Amino acid sequence: MVQEQAVQIHGEDEDTTTGLNHRKMLMWAFLGSDCMFFGALIATYLVYQGKSLAGPMPVDVFDIPVTSVSTFVLLMSSMSMVLAYSALTKNHLKGFRIWMISTAIMGSTFIGFQVYEFSSFANHHVDITCSNPGELTDYEQHIFDEGCSAGEAHAESHEGLKPQTNLFGTTFYTLTGFHGAHVTLGIVWLLSLLLLSFKKGMITPEKNLDVDLAALYWHFVDVVWIVIFTVVYLFGVFPGF
Amino acid sequence: MSTFPISIPRPIHPTGVWGWITTIDHKRIGILYGVTAFIMFLSGGIEATLMRVQLAGPELDIVSAAVYNQLFTMHGTTMIFLAIMPLSAAFFNFVIPLQIGARDVAFPRLNAFSYWTFLGGALMLKLSWIGGATDAGWFGYAPLTSVAQNPGTGIDFWIISLQILGVASLAASFNFIVTIINMRAPGMTMMRLPVFTWMSFITAILLVLAFPVITVALIELTFDRYFMFNFFNVANGGSVVLWQHLFWVFGHPEVYILILPAMGIVSEVLPVFSKKPLFGYKTVVLAGAIIAFMGWMVWSHHMFTVGLGAVANAVFTVTTMFIAVPTGIKVFNWLGTIWGGSIRFTTPMLYALGFIAMFLIGGISGVMHAVSASDAQQQDTYFIPAHIHYVLFGGAIMAILSGIYYWFPKYSGKMYSERQGKISFWLMMIGQNVTFFPMHFVGMDGMPRRIYTYVEGMGWEFWNGVATGGVFILILGFLLVLDNIGRHWRNGEPAPADPWDARTLEWSIPSPPPEYNFEEIPIVKSLDDWWATKQGGAHKEVPASGGSGDEGHGIHLPQPSYWPIVTATGLFVAAYGVVFNDLIIPWALAAIGLIVGFVGVYAWSLEPVNDPEEDSTH
Repeated sequence: MVQEQAVQIHGEDEDTTTGLNHRKMLMWAFLGSDCMFFGALIATYLVYQGKSLAGPMPVDVFDIPVTSVSTFVLLMSSMSMVLAYSALTKNHLKGFRIWMISTAIMGSTFIGFQVYEFSSFANHHVDITCSNPGELTDYEQHIFDEGCSAGEAHAESHEGLKPQTNLFGTTFYTLTGFHGAHVTLGIVWLLSLLLLSFKKGMITPEKNLDVDLAALYWHFVDVVWIVIFTVVYLFGVFPGF
Repeated sequence: MSTFPISIPRPIHPTGVWGWITTIDHKRIGILYGVTAFIMFLSGGIEATLMRVQLAGPELDIVSAAVYNQLFTMHGTTMIFLAIMPLSAAFFNFVIPLQIGARDVAFPRLNAFSYWTFLGGALMLKLSWIGGATDAGWFGYAPLTSVAQNPGTGIDFWIISLQILGVASLAASFNFIVTIINMRAPGMTMMRLPVFTWMSFITAILLVLAFPVITVALIELTFDRYFMFNFFNVANGGSVVLWQHLFWVFGHPEVYILILPAMGIVSEVLPVFSKKPLFGYKTVVLAGAIIAFMGWMVWSHHMFTVGLGAVANAVFTVTTMFIAVPTGIKVFNWLGTIWGGSIRFTTPMLYALGFIAMFLIGGISGVMHAVSASDAQQQDTYFIPAHIHYVLFGGAIMAILSGIYYWFPKYSGKMYSERQGKISFWLMMIGQNVTFFPMHFVGMDGMPRRIYTYVEGMGWEFWNGVATGGVFILILGFLLVLDNIGRHWRNGEPAPADPWDARTLEWSIPSPPPEYNFEEIPIVKSLDDWWATKQGGAHKEVPASGGSGDEGHGIHLPQPSYWPIVTATGLFVAAYGVVFNDLIIPWALAAIGLIVGFVGVYAWSLEPVNDPEEDSTH
């Protein structure tokens, strides 16, 4: 009975045409689809790159060292995900739980950084001393020209970067926001699995597919971030990069 | 029940309406898809009829300009997303598992979820008639869809319902990709797959890759409308052409999503009624794959008059003309199939032949506006609706009707009336040509599409009158189809297992198939294995299960489930709330919907595929 159940429905077995598991194949198909999803968002970002008419640009708001830290944390979470899965297959349930919670914490750290980043971009303000402006970006130059021509000592802008401010804001928040949503969903998934592992027999060294699939998703989301970090952040700040 | 945290008892052998609501049987889901889509098709037909009546003569005032705009938008969206795609999905569901020798699809509950989600999306779109439907055209060009131009909820309904339909289509496509790759009977190699299954497989891949692009475009539009983002806001540097690119990067593969399953149906019907194998099986499959691949490289031919420049127009002219080559290959293969065959002119065969003829005309007009210089004369004239109706009505719908008749004995277990079927075919053939062919003439005469009326003396009166007359012939044809199907489904002659002397595995089992499909999973030895078996090839089968067991056949079936419909309902409620985004109650509705959906997903994923207690009772 157990065997036929597996053959006919469950797919938790090797008795499929290709020997690959149904659910795993579905996951790969979904990731392929998700590639097109992010592909379209990134394409939109690139089409509008440098087309903003006003407001802060990437060079004005990006803080590469800070984002590098959050990127590093996210990449490390992929490693702890690998360790969680490996601990599970070695029947080391305690290790599995520790690495799962670390992965979720690192994911949450990344989201925390993103929240900080979004709010600091939205509240981005410029204060230029007219007598000694120093090196100015195009956006700052614009504020300088507007504010200092009237003989003021300071030129200020508190407008910040909001999604409505310009095309950069629109495309940046949408792209990175959807990535953040993917990470958040991943965290919920990981925590659900963690809870499930306290129920006897739900997650075992043999019954590891649920964890395997979550790990695939998690790694995919990380890889997407590498693309976003490179294309949006690095290319945005270092023009000839 | 010990491992199942939410203590709602699982439906066990439900009957009647509950049986349909909780069903996860691919055959029943296929029938649900088919019936729903046919009803939607009729609603799209009513919208079309109203338009044609309005255009019957110059300066008529049967519907207002505003309603007319809603009519053509809803007609296009309905026919593409609520009629042709789900009618294809009905065949995917019913036929594919039978053709590959499988018990069910890979994910039966996901399959039920796809259907209920589709139903939600369909209702959503149709509900938008209350309070004003969308009126920006089925491709919803920016900035017609902006809040400034279009403040009502019509566009929001359109956006959200397309998103829901996208979820349904994606879920179904993942399911069919896995099913076709992973659930084939022993010996059923990829190059022994029936062509319909092959074309469905290619369609599913196209869907999986194309739909996310429209999802993103619609998300961008939503953000523009709801939160004043700048994606398509020209005042802040946004580009309305970006919408066109995103839409058609999805939209052109979508054209092949509509037509490839139709080509698959025709490739099944022609060999059976010609008593010959399909001419050039491998070529037909390869041509389908090339069409799908090339389908990604032609999208800008929808934008020849946008002003993309001579180089872009030249490149897309060439790629578009090239895509006619694999299509032509298929047409020649179909002709090669019937050449010299002993042809039986049954109703499905007539429809399949009608498909070739009509699709060819649509293909020829397609090559005409593939040439960007020529297209500049045809863009936005009635020549384009003429073309699209020859490929989608003369093409897709004719093939679907062919499939409806061809598999009728299999899904209903009855025989239809051949005489009535043939009469309906001729009504349909005459009706569509009378309706759609004159559109070529008025298009060439410069009549723009999407105008709600025209003045006298433009020279368009006669052919518009003729076209409107044709609609009524079509209506008569469809009433006959409905009558034939409906009446004989209830009290037709019982159908034998293989009434057509057919070639593929679905005909090797009784009509209608038992719930478990195959008592013995066949071992496939060749292409058209059932035909080979009937010709005396040794046919060895392996038992579908290890043996002893329930209901005498020893095959354990997955059990019905509530959660797919619960999850789909949550999605529907949430989406309905999102449409009326400016009020508190709708947002609460959206939140409730999301929670219901979330509970549904959790309960679903924790629900064992088979209830252990149910097992132990046997």
